[in-house]
Amino acid sequence: MAEKSIEINGLTKKYGQHVAVDNLTLSIDKGEIFGLLGPNGAGKSTTILMLLGLTEVDSGSVKVCGIDTTRHPLEVKRKVGYLPEDVGFYNDYTGLQNLLYVARLNNIPLEQAQKTALRTLAEVGLEEEMDKKVASYSRGMRQRLGLADVLIKNPEVIILDEPTLGLDPEGVKKFLQLIVELSRKKGITVLFSSHHLHQVQQLCDRVGIFVKGKLLAEGKISSLAEQLFSKNTFTLEGGITPMDENPNQASDSLEEVVNKMKRIKEVSLVEVDKDHFVVESKKDVSAELSRLIVNSGYGLAYLSKKKYGLDDIYHQYFQEEEKRI
Amino acid sequence: MKNKIVKRATSKLTAIKLPKWISHINSFSLFNNGNLGSDSSLALSPFKVMVQKEITDHIRNWRFIILFALISLACMGTLFATLSDGMKVLVNDTTENNFFFLNLFTKSDGTLPAYFVFVGFLGPLFGISLGFDAISSEQNRGTLSRVLAQPIPRDSILNAKFLAGIIVISVMFFALSFLVLGAGLLALGIPPTAEEFIRIMVYTVLSIVYVSFWLNLSILFSVRFRQSATSALSGIAVWLFFTIFYPLIANLIIKGYEPSKYASPKAIYFYEKLKFYLVQIMPNELFDEITSAILVPSVRSLGPLTTEQMQGAIPSSLPLGQSILLVWPQFTGLLALTLLCFLFSYLLFMKREIRSRG
Repeated sequence: MAEKSIEINGLTKKYGQHVAVDNLTLSIDKGEIFGLLGPNGAGKSTTILMLLGLTEVDSGSVKVCGIDTTRHPLEVKRKVGYLPEDVGFYNDYTGLQNLLYVARLNNIPLEQAQKTALRTLAEVGLEEEMDKKVASYSRGMRQRLGLADVLIKNPEVIILDEPTLGLDPEGVKKFLQLIVELSRKKGITVLFSSHHLHQVQQLCDRVGIFVKGKLLAEGKISSLAEQLFSKNTFTLEGGITPMDENPNQASDSLEEVVNKMKRIKEVSLVEVDKDHFVVESKKDVSAELSRLIVNSGYGLAYLSKKKYGLDDIYHQYFQEEEKRI
Repeated sequence: MKNKIVKRATSKLTAIKLPKWISHINSFSLFNNGNLGSDSSLALSPFKVMVQKEITDHIRNWRFIILFALISLACMGTLFATLSDGMKVLVNDTTENNFFFLNLFTKSDGTLPAYFVFVGFLGPLFGISLGFDAISSEQNRGTLSRVLAQPIPRDSILNAKFLAGIIVISVMFFALSFLVLGAGLLALGIPPTAEEFIRIMVYTVLSIVYVSFWLNLSILFSVRFRQSATSALSGIAVWLFFTIFYPLIANLIIKGYEPSKYASPKAIYFYEKLKFYLVQIMPNELFDEITSAILVPSVRSLGPLTTEQMQGAIPSSLPLGQSILLVWPQFTGLLALTLLCFLFSYLLFMKREIRSRG
């Protein structure tokens, strides 16, 4: 088993009657990129605050890099870089000065801090703007400065709370690439919270789905899909076109084709809408399906295997949640 | 290319260094801990950085500049009024005391209030204005959670804000006191006596304590209230309450106990005591008493005295030690109020949940 970077055990946080985080148990390996996915108000931010000792833990324990956060918050903060949701900077200072301030708070001597700051700014692509006041920075620049802020202390773990909020798609893409690159290069563990499925899907090795303070599911995206869609794992989508040029060959009517499709082994569901069909099956039947269509005198316009993404997982979970309520 | 950037940036960095005098302050005040172990000096270094940043922020802030200009103007104004016209007052007053320099601080010709009145009046405003957005502005800008995610103890931020405020206030008050002293030296042509000088220094230190009470109170409000405006208003409300409304209320209560002309001395003594103690919780009253005892050496008592106590007293001015002894309870009270505010800020802040904004 790999070394654990973050270990959460039976973590609970209550605000009065409201349970924000409910008996959460989670562990994240070193060097892993973990996505914490959930809707707004699910308790993601609260969990992160507890990881850093920025709010009191009601019960349970949190260990980051083997250090208990509630007992030794300073040790943890030395090893963890945290980018808060909607991070703020001192607007009257330049980007470089903001960065230097944080470096000095981390007890990095001034000379070394200057060198590290310049290197980090180059890494996040802000070397052109570092002498401008932060007040003039765009949202994306602020976010990149925030990342530089996190990296300057040379952390073992990075915690990013909704870092892509308010960025344009291009900015999001660049930002995520930057995170992945840095994490892989330096072997940094990343905990990434978001309510954007696609970003998490692009970025993360493992995902935890977090709803109403509870971790509903946890694992690799593919295994999550298997857990959820165990009945019909494969979905094929395709389009058929009638072959008019070949009148010799008697072509079956569409209904017959559908019936034939249904007769293929393991196929459990066929839906047809004009020339577009969806087939759900327990195993991969694309070969049989294409042969059947061609033999029946139709042309196969396209056939694609649909992979279950986080989107579907997400919706599935929410549907279940709603049903339970 | 990269090297060039590094060079350019480092040259800029040296340019943005803090003013020289701040490093001097640091070297003579708290941070002169060269004999401590390397570990503890390392732990103090981030704190030092924070204090430096806060001081820079204060000095560059328009709010501070305006208030400083205001107090300097008031100080200059009184100084000129006292020196031009009041010279006679100063010299004529030698019947019972010959503390010319102390008179500079306490006497005026009537056109403008004396220096100590200005300090007593503008000091609280100064303290409130330096502290009212200490924590709330950091919270609203979202910098609080960023700073607290760094490996610094949480109380550092409160301590740094407080200490930076005190340093700025101290520098300002000492500068003003020396300014008045220097002007007096030029105008009078005689140097102050050692006792006068020490009295003025003690007065300056005590006025810093007084302003630091208001600073602490406003920091407490800035921890409690999310909106800077609310916290500023609360600070000013407390100040107004103590300067205007509390004396009224105290008067009402005292009126109820007013003894008749023919009441026993005991009743009159009780009445006087009540009158004295009712105003003792007012920080401005405490400071007024301190001012009068320190700057006017002939003040022999702050509370009521019985005739027996007065018997045999020689009508002369008190030595410095006795004057300080006289205001020691007031000084302690002021310090206690300051610490109380600090304690409450701690209680509120240490267990608080730090969200990124709002």
